[in-house]
Amino acid sequence: MITGIIVAAVVVGCVGIILGFFLGIAGEKFKVETDPREDAILEVLPGNNCGGCGYAGCSGLAAAIAKGEAPVNQCPVGGEPVATKVGEIMGVSAGASVKKVAFVKCAGTCEKAKQDYEYTGVEDCAAMAFVPNGGPKSCNYGCLGFGNCVKACPFDAIHVVDGIAKVDPKVCKACGKCVAACPKHLIELVPYEAMHLVQCSSKDKGKDVMSACSVGCIGCHLCEKNCPSDAIHVVDNIAYIDQEKCTGCGICAEKCPKKIIL
Amino acid sequence: MSTLAELVLIAVGSAIVNNVVLSQFLGICPFLGVSKKTETAAGMGGAVIFVITISSFITGLIYKFILANPFLVKKGIDLTYLKTIVFILVIAALVQFVEMFLKKSMPSLYQSLGVYLPLITTNCAVLGVALNCVTYDYNLLEGVVYGFSTAFGFFIAIVLMAGIREKIEYNDIPKTFRGTAIVLITACLMSIAFMGFSGMI
Repeated sequence: MITGIIVAAVVVGCVGIILGFFLGIAGEKFKVETDPREDAILEVLPGNNCGGCGYAGCSGLAAAIAKGEAPVNQCPVGGEPVATKVGEIMGVSAGASVKKVAFVKCAGTCEKAKQDYEYTGVEDCAAMAFVPNGGPKSCNYGCLGFGNCVKACPFDAIHVVDGIAKVDPKVCKACGKCVAACPKHLIELVPYEAMHLVQCSSKDKGKDVMSACSVGCIGCHLCEKNCPSDAIHVVDNIAYIDQEKCTGCGICAEKCPKKIIL
Repeated sequence: MSTLAELVLIAVGSAIVNNVVLSQFLGICPFLGVSKKTETAAGMGGAVIFVITISSFITGLIYKFILANPFLVKKGIDLTYLKTIVFILVIAALVQFVEMFLKKSMPSLYQSLGVYLPLITTNCAVLGVALNCVTYDYNLLEGVVYGFSTAFGFFIAIVLMAGIREKIEYNDIPKTFRGTAIVLITACLMSIAFMGFSGMI
């Protein structure tokens, strides 16, 4: 009885000790030299592995920064605080980076935009390319509302509300996943502080826009003519705001007959 | 020595008829957890094949020459009851070692399998194969063939599951069944489908 217990303890103990030594020696022998800064950078990165930086997850970016292949402010999610910390580790100053946020350039909710027909099928924006007229919506440029961006968002910051995608700017980290996911190229990264944004992307002529949606840009040029700082221009029947020139005076929003400039 | 026909029977039997996930219900955790995308599922499957094949060989050796040592048996000391604890120890150390080895000498393979290796360390499928080899009284070669084909069965199951889950993404599922619920129902139906293979051998 006692011998049984002793033999068992000795055998298991010996196996454990031998394995321990073996692993210890192997650990020394197969040690891979890594840059200590890489681990330090990985610590301060957000760790969502969203891929917004263009590398395969946070560890990929950390390795690239440590090697000097990527700038210290490459992480769009962490923004300035993370860039400063990474800059401290790398010994360079991060420089100022503007906090950005995703913005959906469409305001055509269920009651405001017309539908050509009822659609009950696969719920996927990309699949609309194979559906007559590019989807049930009369407007061929607007948000389809099937939420490919919602599925792509790693931060749960974008949701389909009332038939169109809406970004929660407080949660959005500007990783750019939704920008890539939208087959209509409706989503854009804009400065968080941006005062005025055009909520439409339709390049159709004014008359066609009017018949499809009550909140579409008709390309009337009123905003362009009234802007005191030359920040807004109508190109291809749609108004664009140059955020660097925009002073936030709000005249365009006031003059817009469709009230689509925020 | 076992004949080739016996080995083929073991291989087909463990890969398809007694599929490790769908009829033995081992390794369910990675089967449900890492089956969202076909690519990652294939990576996990590959890592499992790698680890189980090596571990079934090593645990076979350990069992034969340490636990069921003829010298100890002759003395009337039976240590075979220690197999579970010793196998856990050996498999955990082995996976650690394989990870180190790959990191140093095969970085490309480490890139593709690396993240999955630590996940498999204490997977029940790995331990299950090692213990089954003992239960079925397989010799070393049979054990390795059994390990490889069982892991291959896992690979088949997880890749099939990932393919189905990618399709499910596009379907309109009732709210109650969304998420893990529909995955479990799918796994259940797959298991019933695999029952069709029973009696083949």
